[in-house]
Amino acid sequence: MAESVPRRSHPRRKPISSWPIHAVLIVAAVIMVVPFVWQILSVFKTTSEVTRIPPTIIPADFSVHSFETFFSTVPFWSMFAVSTGSLVLRVVGQVTVAALAGYAFARMPFRGSNVLFGLFIAMLMVPSQLFLIGQYQLIRDLRLLDTLPALAIPGLFSAFGTFLMRQAFLNMPKDYEEAARLDGANPFQVFWHVMLPMARPMLAALTVLTGLYSWNDLLWPLIVSPSGENRPLPVGLAGLQGQFGTDYPTLMAGALVCSIPLVIVFLVLQRQFFAGIANSGLKG
Amino acid sequence: MTNVAAKPARRPSGRRAGGNQTSVWWAVAFIAPATIGLVALYVWPFLSTLIKSFQDVPAFGPATFVGVDNYTALLSDGEVWEAFGNSALYTVIVLLGIPLAVVLAALIEQAGRGRTIYRVLFFLPVVTLPVAIGMVWRFIYNGDFGLLNYVLSWFGIDGQYWVADARFTIYAFAVVGIWMGLGINLIILGAGLQAIPKAVYEASALDGAGRIRQFFRITVPLLTPSIFFVTILTVIAALQMFDLIFIMLRSVNNTALGDSKTIVYLFYEKAFVQFDQGYGAAIAIVLLIAIMIATALQFRLQKSWVFYG
Repeated sequence: MAESVPRRSHPRRKPISSWPIHAVLIVAAVIMVVPFVWQILSVFKTTSEVTRIPPTIIPADFSVHSFETFFSTVPFWSMFAVSTGSLVLRVVGQVTVAALAGYAFARMPFRGSNVLFGLFIAMLMVPSQLFLIGQYQLIRDLRLLDTLPALAIPGLFSAFGTFLMRQAFLNMPKDYEEAARLDGANPFQVFWHVMLPMARPMLAALTVLTGLYSWNDLLWPLIVSPSGENRPLPVGLAGLQGQFGTDYPTLMAGALVCSIPLVIVFLVLQRQFFAGIANSGLKG
Repeated sequence: MTNVAAKPARRPSGRRAGGNQTSVWWAVAFIAPATIGLVALYVWPFLSTLIKSFQDVPAFGPATFVGVDNYTALLSDGEVWEAFGNSALYTVIVLLGIPLAVVLAALIEQAGRGRTIYRVLFFLPVVTLPVAIGMVWRFIYNGDFGLLNYVLSWFGIDGQYWVADARFTIYAFAVVGIWMGLGINLIILGAGLQAIPKAVYEASALDGAGRIRQFFRITVPLLTPSIFFVTILTVIAALQMFDLIFIMLRSVNNTALGDSKTIVYLFYEKAFVQFDQGYGAAIAIVLLIAIMIATALQFRLQKSWVFYG
C-alpha cells in the first residue's frame, strides 16, 4: 500500500481559476472557526453582557473576571497534571506493549500465533462499551478507583495498536534483520536496534492517536473517578458546567483554558498529527 | 481495507532462521504482555458482560441467573427503542457530512499553497476537548441569547430552543457531530486523493473534460475506497455518541434529556448511575449486534459502489 504522508510538491493544473476554490474554502473555514471566535469573545464579557438580546459582538469592557472565577474554583493544574500523567503512562505503555507483540506476530510466527492474533482482531471489532463493566470491576477490586493508574491501565493494552504495529513490521524488508542476526544479535537486539527505528512513522501515528484519545476521553474517567479526586480535564470541566450552568463567560474560559494545551501541541506537531491519521487510516 | 488483517503472517517457513525452541520462547516473551492485558482487560470483560446480560445483578449482593429476561424486558422498553431511534437518526444525519467532506477535500487538494492552513483550521475541533465543544455549542444553541438564533434573525427565521426542545436536540447534536468529524475525514480523504495518479487527470483534460466533470468522473470513483473507509469509521463513532449528550443535557439537568438519550448514554445510565449492570450489559450486547449488522451491511453494499482499480 502506498505511503500516504502528504506530499509537498504538487503541480497546479490551472492556476488562473483558483479564486472560486478559495472563496468556497474561506467561507467554510470561517464557519468552522466561528464557534471558537465566539467562545473567545464571550470569555471577556460579563455574565450579564452575554445574556443581552441582541448579543454584543465585541466585549463592552474586556473583563477577565471569568478567568479569575475559573482558576479560583477549579484545581486546573492538578487536573492538567492528571490528564498529562495518564496520557504519558498510556502512550508509553501502549506503544511499547503493542510494538513488541506486533513485531512477534509479524516476524516470529509460532504454532498458534495466527489463532492468537485472531483473538486480537476479534476484540478490535467490539465497541469499547462492552468492556467497561468488567474493566470497572477489575479496577474496583484492585482498589484503584480515583487513582491515576486507573485512568491509564485499560489503555496500556490495545488490539488496535498491536494490529497497526504488526502491519508496519510486515511491510519491512527482511535483509537488515538477517544481517543483524548473522552478526550475533539476539531477537530483542534485532527488534530494538534494527526494526523499531524503521517503524518510527507508525510509532508516531500510534502515539498521536492514543494521545488524542486519552486526552479527550470522558466516559472511562467518569466511571473510575466517582469521588472526584484525581480528575482529568474532561471530567473536571463537566463538573464546572454542573456548578456554573449559566455563568457562560466562566464556562467558556474553562473550556478555553482546558483545550489550549493540546491545540498548542497540535500547532507545533501538525505534520505528525496529519501523517498519523493518514497512516493508520489507509495502511490496513 | 481490513481484509489485510485476515492474511496470515507471510513468512516462508522453509528457512526459519533459528526456528527452534529458543526462538519460540522469544516470541512468547514478546507477545505475553499484550496477550495478558488483552485477556484480563478485554476478553474477560467482554465475556463477563455477555454473562451479566443473562443475570440480574443488584448493586449489592450476588447476581442471579435470569435467562433472557433482560432481553425480553429490553424489547418492551420504550426508552430503549427511543434511544436506538435517536442513535440511528443521529448517525444518518452525521453521514451527510461525508459528501461535504469529499467536496472540501477535493477543493483543498486544488488550493495550492493555502492547503496546510485550511487543513489546520478544519482540524481544530478534533484537538479540542469534546467536553469543551459541548459547552461552547450549548451556549451557541441557547434559545434566548444564543448566537445561532441571532444569526437566524438576520434572515427573519424564528429562533428555537435547540437543545432544550426535544424535537430538535438530535439534529442539533448531529450538526456538531459533522463539525467535529470533518477534520479527520478531510485528512483520510486527502491521503486518498493524493494516491490518484495525476496522469489520469491530464489525460481527461486533453479530452476536454472540465473540473466539475473530472470531479464526478475521476475523483469520486477513484476515491470510493477512502469514502467507504470514512463511512465505516463515521457510523461506528456515531452509534457510540455519548459526550455531547452528557455535556449539553445531563450535567445541566436539561428536561430534553428524557427524550434525547442515545444508546450509549442509556447504557451508561443503567450500568453506572443506577448500577443495574445486568440490564446495562444487555443494552451493550444489543449495541454490539447493531454495530455488527451496520458494518456487515456496508461491506455488502460496497460491492455496488466502491471501485477497486
